[in-house]
Amino acid sequence: MAPVTEIDLRSASVRELNGALHRAEPGTSWRVLHPGGAHNLAVGLDAAVDVVIDGHAGYYCAGMNQHATVTVHGNVGVGVAENMMSGTVRVRGSASQSAGATAHGGLLVIDGDASARCGISMKGVDIVVGGDVGHMSAFMGQAGRLVVCGDAGDALGDSLYEARIYVQGRVRSLGADCVEKEMGPEHLAELAMLLKAAGRDDDPAGFRRYGSARRLYHFTTGNSY
Amino acid sequence: MHDDPAALGLRESATFDRATIAAIQRAAETGVYDIRGWGAKRRVPHFDDLLFLGASMSRYPLEGYRERCDTDVVLGDRHATRPLRLATPVTIAGMSFGALSAQAKEALGRGASEAGTSTTTGDGGMTPEERGHSKTLVYQYLPSRYGMNPDDLRRADAIEVVLGQGAKPGGGGMLLGQKITDRVAAMRTLPPGIDQRSACRHPDWTGPDDLEIKIRELREITDWEKPIYVKVGATRTYYDVKLAAKAGADVIVVDGMQGGTAATQEVFIEHVGIPTLAALPQAVRALQEEGLHRRVQLVVSGGVRNGADLAKCMALGADAVAIGTAALIALGDNHPKWDAEYRKLGSAAGYFDDYQDGRDPAGISTQDEELAARLDPVEGGRRVANLIRVMTMEAQTIARACGKAHLRNLEPEDLVALTVESAAMARVPLAGTDWIPGTGR
Repeated sequence: MAPVTEIDLRSASVRELNGALHRAEPGTSWRVLHPGGAHNLAVGLDAAVDVVIDGHAGYYCAGMNQHATVTVHGNVGVGVAENMMSGTVRVRGSASQSAGATAHGGLLVIDGDASARCGISMKGVDIVVGGDVGHMSAFMGQAGRLVVCGDAGDALGDSLYEARIYVQGRVRSLGADCVEKEMGPEHLAELAMLLKAAGRDDDPAGFRRYGSARRLYHFTTGNSY
Repeated sequence: MHDDPAALGLRESATFDRATIAAIQRAAETGVYDIRGWGAKRRVPHFDDLLFLGASMSRYPLEGYRERCDTDVVLGDRHATRPLRLATPVTIAGMSFGALSAQAKEALGRGASEAGTSTTTGDGGMTPEERGHSKTLVYQYLPSRYGMNPDDLRRADAIEVVLGQGAKPGGGGMLLGQKITDRVAAMRTLPPGIDQRSACRHPDWTGPDDLEIKIRELREITDWEKPIYVKVGATRTYYDVKLAAKAGADVIVVDGMQGGTAATQEVFIEHVGIPTLAALPQAVRALQEEGLHRRVQLVVSGGVRNGADLAKCMALGADAVAIGTAALIALGDNHPKWDAEYRKLGSAAGYFDDYQDGRDPAGISTQDEELAARLDPVEGGRRVANLIRVMTMEAQTIARACGKAHLRNLEPEDLVALTVESAAMARVPLAGTDWIPGTGR
C-alpha cells in the first residue's frame, strides 16, 4: 500500500496544502489533519489522487475537482465540489448550501443532509444525498442526476432544464416548471446504479422521479412565473 | 403633401414621441415586452458634457507627436503574481460566443492582440478561436457558469467575477433560441433551440463576505497567478466598489448604463442603472477612502467611444476603459453598406439593435453560418486594432496638451463641465466657474 502523506493544518497553510496537491503525482494518497473548518481545501485538483480530510471543512471544499477522490470525515460548508468536472467527493457528515453547484461531472455523495440549493445549476454531476435536501434544490439544473434518500424542501427543481431528480421521502413543494414524472424501468436501473455507486442499499422502487415540464423553454406571454 | 409634417405646423409630442408611440402600439399588438440589443439610447449626462483645460499660461504642455506620453498600464498587481501588462488602457469588454459569432470573437482577439491589450470572454465559456487569437484573455466567471471549467481557468490570463453589467444590473441574461445552435448549446449544456436564461445570482455565494472566500478559491485553484477582477453594473457604485475591494479584488470593472447587451428587455436597458459619468467618480472616491486607488485598478465601460472619452475616464481616476459597442461598430456593425439588409429587417444602418434575433447582416451578432462568414476575422481584427490605436493617440493628444507625460497623469483638475448635472456627477467645476454642485464649493 502506498504511503499516505499527511498535512497538518495546525502548521501548514491552505496555500501549502493546495500547492502540494496541485503538484501531486497520480495515485498518491494524502491525509489532511486538523482542517478546522478552513475554506477552499483541496480545490482545483487535477490528478487521480486520494485525499482524506479528517474533520470539518469550510466553503468550496474540493471545488472544481478533476479526477481526484476526496473524502471528508466531517461536515462541509457552502459549495462543496462546486463546478466539479470528474472524480468523486464524499462527505460523511452534512453539507451546507449549494452542494455540487454547477458541477459538470463526477459523483458527489453526502451521507448526511444537504442544505438549500443542493445541485443548483448542476451541469452533469451525479449527487446522492443520504438525508434531506433544503429548498430550491436543483434550481435551474441543466443535466445530471440528483438522488435524495430523505425529504426535499420547498421549490424542488425550480426552473429545471434537463437534470433528473429522484426523491425517496416527502417533497414539500415543487418549483416552477418541475413536475413528477413516470418511473420507467430505465429510471429504476439508473437509480439503482447511482445508489450502488454511493454505497447505499435503498430500494429504487421507493423513489419518485421529477423533471422539467419544459414549459419555460420559450418566452411567451404565458410565462407568468 | 409635404414629406415633413413639422413643416406643415404639426407638432410631435415630447412625452409621446414616435418611438414611444411605436412601443405602445407594438405592446398592444403582441402582448410581449420588447427585447433588444445595444445599450441605453436615451440621452444621459455623458463624457461629451466635459471639456479639458489645455495648458496655457499656468500649465506647461508637451510637444505633440514628439515628447513622450506613455500609455501602458499594469492591471492586477495587488495580489496576482502574473498581472497583465498592457500597451494601452483600452481593453475589449466581455461579450459571449453565442451572442457573437466565432468570427467576431476571433476578430476581437486579433484586434486586441495587435494593439497590445486584452479581450474578454463572456457568458458561455471560452472558445479555442478566441483563446488562440488573444494574447491576453480575461475569462469571465458568471452566475450561469456556462462552460466554466478549471482548464480554461488556468488557460486564462485573468479572471473576471461578473456580478452584473451596466445594461441590466440585477438582470441576469438571456439568449434566444434562434442563436442556440448545437455548438452553443453544447458549450452551455443546454438543449438546442431553447430560449436560454442566464442566472442573475451566483449559485454558491451571496454578499461580500462570501465573495472574499470565492475569490480566494479562484486564487487557490490558479495558484495565485491570475489577477481577479470583479465587474459590477453601475448602481450603488460607491458601496459596490468598496465591498469588492474589501473582498480582495485586484481590479474592479464598473459598467455604466450605456454599456451594451446582446439581448435584454428595453425597459431594463433604459430604466435601470446609472450613467457611466455618475458612476466613475463614486468608484474612485470609494477606492481613495480605502487607500486602494491605483492599487486596485479601476476599469470603466459603458459608452466609451473615442480618445476623448478615454482621456476623460483617465482624468477622473480610471486606470483603463473597456469598449464593447464601439468595438462591434469597428468590426462593421451598423455600417452603411448593410443598410438595405437592415431595412429588410425593419431597421436601418445607425439604428440596428436586434442582436437578439441572430440575423445580423454584418455577421457579428449571429450564429447563422452564412451571415457569420461575411465577417473576415483578419480584416475585423485590423479594424478593431485601428480603433484602439486611434483612441489611444487621441487621448495622448489631449494628455500632451494638458502637459501630461502619461495618460494616467491626467486628473480631475484638467476638466470642467458644460452642465450643472455633469458637474455634480463628475465632481468637476462648471465651466467658467469654480462651482461643483453638491460639494459645498
